[in-house]
Amino acid sequence: MNEMNSAARTARAGTSADRDVIAVDRLSLTYGAKDTGVLALSDISFSIANGEFISIVGPSGCGKSTLLKILAGLLPPTEGQATLNGTAIRGARRDIGVVFQTPVLFPWRTVLGNVLLPADVQKLDKEKMRKRAMDLIRLVGLEGFENRYPRELSGGMQQRVGIIRALIHDPAILLMDEPFGALDAMTRETMNVELQRIWMESGKTILFITHSTSEAVYLADRVIVMTARPGKIGDVFKVDLPRPRPLEVMNTEAFGAYVKRIRVALNADGGLD
Amino acid sequence: MGSAKNFALRLLLIAAVLVVWEVLVRLTGVPEYILPAPLRIFTAMYNGIKTNVYPEHFMVTLTETLLGFLVGTILAFILGTIVALSRKVEYFLYPFIVMFQAMPKVALAPLIIVWFGLGLTSKVINAALVAFFPLMVNTIVGLRSAEEDRINLMRSLAASRTQIFFMLQLPNALPYIFAGLEIAMIFALIGAIVAEFVGAEKGLGMLIQAMNFNMDVAGQFSILLILSLLGLCLNGIVTLARRRLLFWETVNTGEETANSSEKGGKA
Ligand SMILES: Nc1ncnc2c1ncn2[C@@H]1O[C@H](COP(=O)(O)OP(=O)(O)OP(=O)(O)O)[C@@H](O)[C@H]1O
Ligand SMILES: [Mg+2]
Repeated sequence: MNEMNSAARTARAGTSADRDVIAVDRLSLTYGAKDTGVLALSDISFSIANGEFISIVGPSGCGKSTLLKILAGLLPPTEGQATLNGTAIRGARRDIGVVFQTPVLFPWRTVLGNVLLPADVQKLDKEKMRKRAMDLIRLVGLEGFENRYPRELSGGMQQRVGIIRALIHDPAILLMDEPFGALDAMTRETMNVELQRIWMESGKTILFITHSTSEAVYLADRVIVMTARPGKIGDVFKVDLPRPRPLEVMNTEAFGAYVKRIRVALNADGGLD
Repeated sequence: MGSAKNFALRLLLIAAVLVVWEVLVRLTGVPEYILPAPLRIFTAMYNGIKTNVYPEHFMVTLTETLLGFLVGTILAFILGTIVALSRKVEYFLYPFIVMFQAMPKVALAPLIIVWFGLGLTSKVINAALVAFFPLMVNTIVGLRSAEEDRINLMRSLAASRTQIFFMLQLPNALPYIFAGLEIAMIFALIGAIVAEFVGAEKGLGMLIQAMNFNMDVAGQFSILLILSLLGLCLNGIVTLARRRLLFWETVNTGEETANSSEKGGKA
């Protein structure tokens, strides 16, 4: 079943225009005044197919978070546009879940309350959401902490709360900004496996920003490399590794080759920091 | 810090200060109408309690203070919220706010007595006026202090403005609002007393004034003591409410350590 699923996915990753969920068309963004401000993104175009997993890597400050904010409808582009299912993104949408670079928890809400925030905002069925929240809390190993407050959690635990909060309302599209950056290596690998599983089971479209090339390769159908300021799309690598990918895939030659090629592309551009 | 030993030391220090005061007054022979000795003050207090002069005036001042606090802070919260949420309102109100903020509000007391008479109303209005600004300013700052990331999170969920206000801005502003309330409470007491100085028929401020005319300095000191105890209690009530409402701020934060030693000071 999973095998078929992944075969279908890889086929779809070939992107036929009408299947694109997200299309970014000659997007530019300047912070501040047009001539004196910071040009963060310059002439960016790419598209994401339905159900595709895209990783974005790039040097610090190249505009990855900026791109994510535009796609989340939090920031209007200066030029060009981003469309979601054919309509321009203007303002936030309920079918998008966002994981920010920092956990962004509300200190007056418990872990459970924070996870339920999207459900509260969107007035979803309380009992159902509560059950779902508890499942997610269990999934990321925070069982027993559901009634604790954020200040009682470690940084990594807080980040896990931020991640499952984006999943609670089951959005079709997930935008994730370095979600696992604050986690230790072990938890990070577990989370990678879980994320792959969630993605394969749910058919979500995921845009995943990361600083780790191996994480990018492990998760993605395609890895987009962005270049330093002003942010542009550099190379795009299609990752043809069978799904579901076990962690051991990271030790294979094919995997290593992908990582190497992406590193080279990054280094040609000043490298990761 | 709050150990029994330290607490005993604290009491000892207070006792020492009182003894030194008593001795100095006796040795130097300062006349009582300049600086009475502690024993004289306690005697005055005792006589006052025995003849039952305090309760009536105390209740008047307390009523004025609490009503002034309520009226002032409710209006301050409403106006502060409107200003915080609307740049337009802020733009037009700004000159008035700046002018009133710079003005020492107690200077209005004589006018307010002229306009509203010697009774309760003028005291409540004066207390409300003085209590108003600290809370209004803190409400504005607090409501605007929500981190951009948090606002972005709410917006990314397609939250309405009302939801952003009640689910994020308001709880986020509560620490500021309570800090404002603590100041407003003490300010309301000041406002009530000053208005009583200017013109009143009853109240602890008016009593001080009357004793001053009679050169009863020990009596005045006894009322000062009552007033500071009243101030402490009023402040303690707000602090208590804050602890209940801002449960997420307690334990394990640096602030808490500061608070607990402060609380010890009030006990
Ligand atoms: N609100 C802002 N105002 C002005 N400039 C900004 C703002 N946010 C980001 N920038 C600038 O835009 C550029 C891109 O920032 P962005 O946060 O998108 O980078 P990033 O790729 O996510 O970096 P990192 O990997 O370190 O998170 C940076 O040079 C930054 O200085
Ligand atoms: Mg970033």
